[in-house]
Amino acid sequence: MSELIQHLVNALILGGTYALLGIGLTLIFGIMNVVNFTHGVLYTVGAYVMYLAVAALGLNFFLAFPVAILGGLLLGAVIETVLLRPFRGSDIDTTMLVMIGAGIAMQSALLWIFGGVAKAIPSPFPETPLQIGPVSVSWLRLFVLGAALVLIGGTYALINRTRLGLAMRAAFQDADTAALMGVNTRWIDTATFAMGSSLAAAAGALLGPVYVVTPQMGGLAELKAFAIVILGGLGNVTGAAIGGFILAIAEELGAGYVSSGYRDAMGFLIIIAVLVYRPTGLFAKAERIG
Amino acid sequence: MPGRFTLSTAILLALTASAVAADPIRIGVNEPLTGAFAASGTYVVNGAKIAADEINAKGGVLGRPIELVIEDNKSNPTEAAAVAEKLITSDKTPVMMGAWGSSLTLAVMPKLMDYETPMLVETSSSGKITTSGNPYVFRISPPSSLEAETFAPIADKLALKKVDFLVLNNDFGRGAAADFGKMLKGKGVEVGLVETMDQGAQDMTAQLSKLKSSDSDTIMITSSVDQLVLLFKQMAALGMKKRVITTGGSQNPDQIIAQAGSAAEGTMHLTTFLPWMPGKTPSPEATDYFIAQWKKRGFQFAGVTESFRGYDGIRTIAHAIEKAGSAEPAAITKAFWSVDFTGLNGPIRFAKTGPAGKESGQSKPDVYLIEIKDGAVVVPTL
Repeated sequence: MSELIQHLVNALILGGTYALLGIGLTLIFGIMNVVNFTHGVLYTVGAYVMYLAVAALGLNFFLAFPVAILGGLLLGAVIETVLLRPFRGSDIDTTMLVMIGAGIAMQSALLWIFGGVAKAIPSPFPETPLQIGPVSVSWLRLFVLGAALVLIGGTYALINRTRLGLAMRAAFQDADTAALMGVNTRWIDTATFAMGSSLAAAAGALLGPVYVVTPQMGGLAELKAFAIVILGGLGNVTGAAIGGFILAIAEELGAGYVSSGYRDAMGFLIIIAVLVYRPTGLFAKAERIG
Repeated sequence: MPGRFTLSTAILLALTASAVAADPIRIGVNEPLTGAFAASGTYVVNGAKIAADEINAKGGVLGRPIELVIEDNKSNPTEAAAVAEKLITSDKTPVMMGAWGSSLTLAVMPKLMDYETPMLVETSSSGKITTSGNPYVFRISPPSSLEAETFAPIADKLALKKVDFLVLNNDFGRGAAADFGKMLKGKGVEVGLVETMDQGAQDMTAQLSKLKSSDSDTIMITSSVDQLVLLFKQMAALGMKKRVITTGGSQNPDQIIAQAGSAAEGTMHLTTFLPWMPGKTPSPEATDYFIAQWKKRGFQFAGVTESFRGYDGIRTIAHAIEKAGSAEPAAITKAFWSVDFTGLNGPIRFAKTGPAGKESGQSKPDVYLIEIKDGAVVVPTL
């Protein structure tokens, strides 16, 4: 029993960052109809900004985190303005190719700048874990979960409670009508892409100190983000949030009770099942299709 | 005018002659410089460069300098095979060193057969490498069976009762679990869980949670340094207190101490080189020279437990070329069998292993057990 609780606690913590990754990707897809293949690299960039700020510049850990988010926000805005704006209105395949190219170029750039050797980000948390009965949780991971939940909540509030969020939702439902109603859809695109990017960077900045930072770390993260988005339904923010936790639980229990060798396969098995039985995602609403 | 003609001809001839004399012998180096094993592969390459510079400073081999043609196999077996093909066919290297990981080396091996070109294996430890009947393979790193054999008396002293394994899900990891498991079972030590992890995996808490609740006293781990750092941190986060022994020789204890901190305290590691105690190595002078060169180049000391293989690997190849008397693949393959010198971790001479008639070469290096204690490397007294 204690093993099961430990697995569930692990999954809860991992799920927070998965949800961040998924929300960032699904936002961009839902509003801009762009499949963002730079998502994994933005995750990596977040981790490297965190590394630079903490290990190289000696910045306080808690200050470095918002710096990393800001880094993702700015880079996202630049990518949108430089690479996506010229292709506005072209079909989804064109932007997909542009994004794949940008992703490869950015990952190679990171490798060129930082080298292939993994970097560790020191964290201010004590190494001795918090012990509750038979279950242990590291303080760093608790912070990761807390920060992820705050960011998920913040994103939710931004989308549902602000004018920007209202404009985003309007653009999501019908970009042309929203533009006729006075919504500056170009600005909405930039804001959306920057916001999605900052969430990916935040996930990287949170997991960088937990793991180690390498130029390739985003590859698997990106695959998982795609899995979560498919699970939750394309463009569905709530679905992505819940999907993140479902994927984490599936991986954790799959590795714990089926076979650890297939840990990363568990998520994809679920996706196959979802695509076969509920192709629009577990949480798709009728009006969100198409 | 004739005088000037003669002079310029002489200069021209001299230039041509020196160009011929300076025509380097190219040695292919097939290592992971990116991907999961980037850190280790880079260390090996930097060690190889020290050997090449040392050899060239002493006049090269057969009167010709050696030149390393270094290629990145991206920690990916498919790439490793492609790199080998490129080195042999396009760069015309008559001999290669590689490919760090067992799965990478195994992927390269059919190419050696196709092109009849020898390869010195500097790091891989899967038994399959020298037992599959490939006569172009010469290995200076210990196979996991040899590691297990050396570990046998230590297992007695540690009074192990039940051991779980956590290994990489590839030839390296599964090979180690099989060889160590066999040795331990032979001693009446119980073997419990055998958990695996992907080479690029960053989160092993699921596997560790399972191992935490098992009734074993020891966990044997086979992986490379980057993943070990993560494992020790995650074990500390789970409050795990079991004895940990790592195998494989790619642990870089200093990097573990630097990056995992107190989480690495008390962990034990089977290693094939003792750079912390140069006096205890088989060739103290060579060890001192190598470590001095390593530091002079500004590399981190942590890398020497990995980079010495690259250094010894290139030195072994140079010995073979010297004995071959020519830089031809067939002659070098034959000459490997007569190599005999003292490397940084024991004598390097190849014994025949594998099916008769197409044996591979296996050298028998020393294996040591070290422990991380108070943030430093010590040889535990057992």
